[in-house]
Amino acid sequence: MTLSLDDVEPGKIGKVRDIVGGMGVRLRLEQMGIHPGDLIRIKRKGVLRGPILVETNGTEVALGRGIASRILVEV
Amino acid sequence: MKIALVGQPNCGKSTIFNHIASYKAVTSNFPGTTVSFTESKVSLHGQICNCVDLPGTYSLVSSDWAEIDTRNYLISEEIDVIVNVVDASVLGRSLELTLQLLELRKPMVLCLNMADEARRKGIFIDTEKLSKILGIPVVETIAVKGEGLNELFRKVQAIAREKNIGIIPTYSPYIEDAIYKLEEHIEINNLQEPYVSKRFLALRILEEDPYFLKKFQSQEGLMALKKKAAAQVKRKCGQEPPLAISSERHGMSLNLFEEVAEIRKAKPDIRDRIDDVLMHPIWGYVFLILIMYGFFQIVFKFGGYLEGPLLDVFNNLIKQLESSYGSQTFLSKMIEGIIQGFSGGIAIVLPYLVPFLFGLSLLEDLGYLPRVAYLMDTFMHRIGLHGKSVIPFILGYGCSVPAVMATRILETKRERIIAAMLAVLVPCSARSTVIFGLVAYYVGPNAALGIYVLNLFVIALAGKIMTKIMPEEAPGLMLEVPAYRLPSFRVLLLKTWFRLREFVYIAWPILIIGSMVLSVIEYAHWDMIINNILYPFTYALSLPKQVGVTLIFGILRKELSLIMLMQAMGTNQLSQVMSHLQMMTFTIFVVFYIPCAATIGVLWKEIGRKWTLFTIGATTGLAFFLALLFKYIWIAASAL
Repeated sequence: MTLSLDDVEPGKIGKVRDIVGGMGVRLRLEQMGIHPGDLIRIKRKGVLRGPILVETNGTEVALGRGIASRILVEV
Repeated sequence: MKIALVGQPNCGKSTIFNHIASYKAVTSNFPGTTVSFTESKVSLHGQICNCVDLPGTYSLVSSDWAEIDTRNYLISEEIDVIVNVVDASVLGRSLELTLQLLELRKPMVLCLNMADEARRKGIFIDTEKLSKILGIPVVETIAVKGEGLNELFRKVQAIAREKNIGIIPTYSPYIEDAIYKLEEHIEINNLQEPYVSKRFLALRILEEDPYFLKKFQSQEGLMALKKKAAAQVKRKCGQEPPLAISSERHGMSLNLFEEVAEIRKAKPDIRDRIDDVLMHPIWGYVFLILIMYGFFQIVFKFGGYLEGPLLDVFNNLIKQLESSYGSQTFLSKMIEGIIQGFSGGIAIVLPYLVPFLFGLSLLEDLGYLPRVAYLMDTFMHRIGLHGKSVIPFILGYGCSVPAVMATRILETKRERIIAAMLAVLVPCSARSTVIFGLVAYYVGPNAALGIYVLNLFVIALAGKIMTKIMPEEAPGLMLEVPAYRLPSFRVLLLKTWFRLREFVYIAWPILIIGSMVLSVIEYAHWDMIINNILYPFTYALSLPKQVGVTLIFGILRKELSLIMLMQAMGTNQLSQVMSHLQMMTFTIFVVFYIPCAATIGVLWKEIGRKWTLFTIGATTGLAFFLALLFKYIWIAASAL
């Protein structure tokens, strides 16, 4: 099932399918280690639609919801 | 010989730099501490070298200012050896930058820093194998403990002699083909950056790096060629070249990582449990408030304990002086000025500044700040910024100058301008000494806390207004959250001293000279002229007329306004000459008005003349409005 990262429950691990949106956002995410095909673990979600903390390739990255909603993951 | 330290953010470049250059660059545990480069002459086993510490960059296709600085430095300066520092615990990702650096065709050493952290995560790296594949020396280090650094710099010296360059990575044939086609048509003769290869440029153009695209825009033939090459790449793999190259590099790095690293089971990490509390939706905020409140109380208790007795000592000194020299002679006025300036530093500034800077360094080095950015993002979003801008704000509590510079970690110009303007509103340590030394000491700690809370509200409101003036969607938070690290006490002390030095060597002399100048002005009765000009203003705020001159001097250094206040009022027992209301109005005004001279300088450089002038005008207006408003509310409240 493909969901946007925004909708994945904390604790789940998914595989990044695609990053929707402009090249800028996509390249920035790739620089921080989030590429299509990577496994991504959702560690926590901030209150009041605060950021989402994810782990990929051994790094923890905090992502705003706007950006998280552009990452499609398969869970 | 010139050595450049290059690596991704928060991998320990500055820590290594400080190890050989003595403490010259601020280090901490959050990505983006270094935003401009620091250079120093160092002696390596007897050889004098130039070593430069560059801001961290995830990639050579750069997106924020600090990163562009790094990239341009690498291609426009004559560098003998690149030391690529990587955080070994995230080697897979870090190698992407390494592969890009190899394209620069410079002698290079790979430094696998934080080797202990990597092992704790269960990552064991075969350095020999890695060295063989990349064609460059690889050294494991633990920079905070100084381990491996001797070996690292021995390798640096050796490679500088041999001038070996590593093995340049090869992409898929269709990408190589595109690179080759572009390489042939690039003119680099009239380029400002002399140390750049055609292959490097061809890659950057294919990756649509805005900086280089603009440079070569006029070469229509090349641009047409690029378009054609891009179309071909897309036909072959279904992706635009920037993404195709980026994912290929990612793949290469991961494969390389798998080849050289052995993954064992990670030791259970209690730090995850810490985040369960400190990043919890409810407890996270409770602890954030508790930590900040505790920090405030410690600074206040420590400083307040020392301020009174120290002031008494100097007070007696001045009294003795007056009884032996008289109080109105030029000489006694001058000496009194010197003593006031000197005592201001010892009795009022240092007692608060030392614990304050130490505490700030501790919070930074533990790695708490990125968590604060995570927690605050949702609120920052509401004022039109994102959580990353919290970092300049927090640095602002130390000093506005690095705070304004830290806005370079933000992606868009608009965000940088807004964050810089808001960051100067954050009370810096100089203004905090006024809040502590005047309000907390005389009116009470809660009143001082009230000023900090008022300040937060005003910043939030100002942010809201600014984002209305410059509407644009904030791109959203993307921030690496590093693991907690236990800082060494030595580094904390060095860092505190590093920041304190600025006060001791620059600000303190200004305080003393300022006090002397004020003595002269008072002796000649020129202060009356300034005070008369500012009278409408001080009258409106119901402040003593003598305050006028101190506010002018406060533009030089914010602490000066308080030190001078004592001199202008003729006593350091301020409670005898000022009411609590006057102290509060004065402090509110000082907290918000014109940024100090050094801050104006850095604002000018970072956000330009127009916005700097706007900031000066707006902050002064804001300060006056708030002080006036506060006065009327206080009066109305006491009438009830």
